[in-house]
Amino acid sequence: MSAAPQALRPQPSVPAPASGAFKRPHVTIRGLSKRFGKSIIYDNFDLDLPRGELISVFGPNGCGKSTLINIVAGLIPPDAGQILFDGMRLDEIKFGYVFQNYREALFPWLRAFDNISYPLKVMQVPRVERRARTEKLVAHLGVKIDLNLYPYQMSGGQQQLVSIMRALVVEPEILFLDEPFSALDYEMTLFMREQLQRIFMETGTTTVLVSHDLEEAVFLADRVLLLSRHPARVADFTPVAAVRPRTDATLSDVEFVRTKAYCLEVFQREVRRA
Amino acid sequence: MKSEKLRPLLPVIGVVGLLAIWSLATWQQWVDPVLLPSPISTFRALWHGMDGGALGFDFAKTVYRTAAATAIAAVIAIPLGIVLGSSERLYLSLEFVIDFFRSTPASAMFPLFLVLFGVGDETKISVAAFGAILVILFNVAYGVMNARKTRLLAAKVMGASQLRVLVDVTLLESLPQTFVGLRNGVSLALVIIVVAEMFIGSQDGLGHSVFEAQQLFEMPRMYAAIFAAGVLGYGLNLLFILIERRFVHWSGK
Repeated sequence: MSAAPQALRPQPSVPAPASGAFKRPHVTIRGLSKRFGKSIIYDNFDLDLPRGELISVFGPNGCGKSTLINIVAGLIPPDAGQILFDGMRLDEIKFGYVFQNYREALFPWLRAFDNISYPLKVMQVPRVERRARTEKLVAHLGVKIDLNLYPYQMSGGQQQLVSIMRALVVEPEILFLDEPFSALDYEMTLFMREQLQRIFMETGTTTVLVSHDLEEAVFLADRVLLLSRHPARVADFTPVAAVRPRTDATLSDVEFVRTKAYCLEVFQREVRRA
Repeated sequence: MKSEKLRPLLPVIGVVGLLAIWSLATWQQWVDPVLLPSPISTFRALWHGMDGGALGFDFAKTVYRTAAATAIAAVIAIPLGIVLGSSERLYLSLEFVIDFFRSTPASAMFPLFLVLFGVGDETKISVAAFGAILVILFNVAYGVMNARKTRLLAAKVMGASQLRVLVDVTLLESLPQTFVGLRNGVSLALVIIVVAEMFIGSQDGLGHSVFEAQQLFEMPRMYAAIFAAGVLGYGLNLLFILIERRFVHWSGK
């Protein structure tokens, strides 16, 4: 990670949000506006995202959860507003993005290994170094999949794991995941949550996860971003205290259950507000 | 278990059945033997014709013309299809024209091409290429336009330039559909070539062979030439399927 030199950069002088204050914001979103046709999804929206945390984004259907990370990751242009990462623009930083639909996001003509190392090819890293860096990542994560297979020869979970590794190979400063497990069956989802948590604990990369499953959102997050119906406001930005690694036991932990219940309450309040 | 093992042999039943009915029909003289010769005399004519006879030469001529027409069509249509498929505006402006000529029987163009190129090989090859171009063009453009948006976005989000997205993603995405176009194109080219060989002053080729045998009432030879044309059509299709399986292994997966 290249966090050290960035500490020298001037930090944007923005106040941290009221709930669950954090020291240094990684991402600052200011005055974000976006509309699709007649519906205003974001109207002058401000938000700070903390560094090195896993943030889950949760909210009512169609509130703009995915739109938020798609704008932050540059997939959709905003109508107005500024998004900075340690004061830098998106094109000045390295980031990773994991799509919900792994089947359509991976390249079926490349073996899993070459899929993972493809972003390095885009960055014009020499072949030998691409290979070395990909092998290092695979070893580091302790992934036990035959990476000589083509994506269509793998299970859904394995394909999504390959997608996540492809996003990680550039050693991103920030990782975005758009409902990454919603196309998987329950058994695989549980397994993948564990994998993602392990990866996060290994790398400490700032991670933004959009989820439509509250339990998943709370289980994985250091902080849950609860959005209102559109135009989206921050309904709450709740810290989740449970220690990592979180396990099945965490799900029945009193503090965890309380946080989940609180998030559900906020969510339902926002749903009813319509 | 046993019936599973026999599964690959099922296609043979159709062939054997057809030969049996054909033999029976000629043996029992259900059909005038002059119109329908026996399988044995037909395959003898096929063997003699192909083994150093005129049919082998005609076969080679038709292969050459079909291959030339398809190759010309591919060289012209694939780059054009990529350009067309990359720009929705361009495609929409030309869609009707392409669709119109694609629906026009290429055989209706013979007189025009005769005027343009005379009665030589150029006419046959260029009419066949004309027909194949439109089929291939349409399919390539369609393949490019229907490249999965997520896949293009995935490359873009990694910072890939437009050119790199085109080369690394769009072209590969369109390959399965390109092969559909090539297979349809080569089939159409063969049809046009055989018809052209029959009617526009040809001295050789399978079409000429069928037509001449019919004129001379040499029925076994005529059936032999028809079979040779069938083998060629089937073989070309199979060839493209094998190439596709080798190079576009992800097709349909």
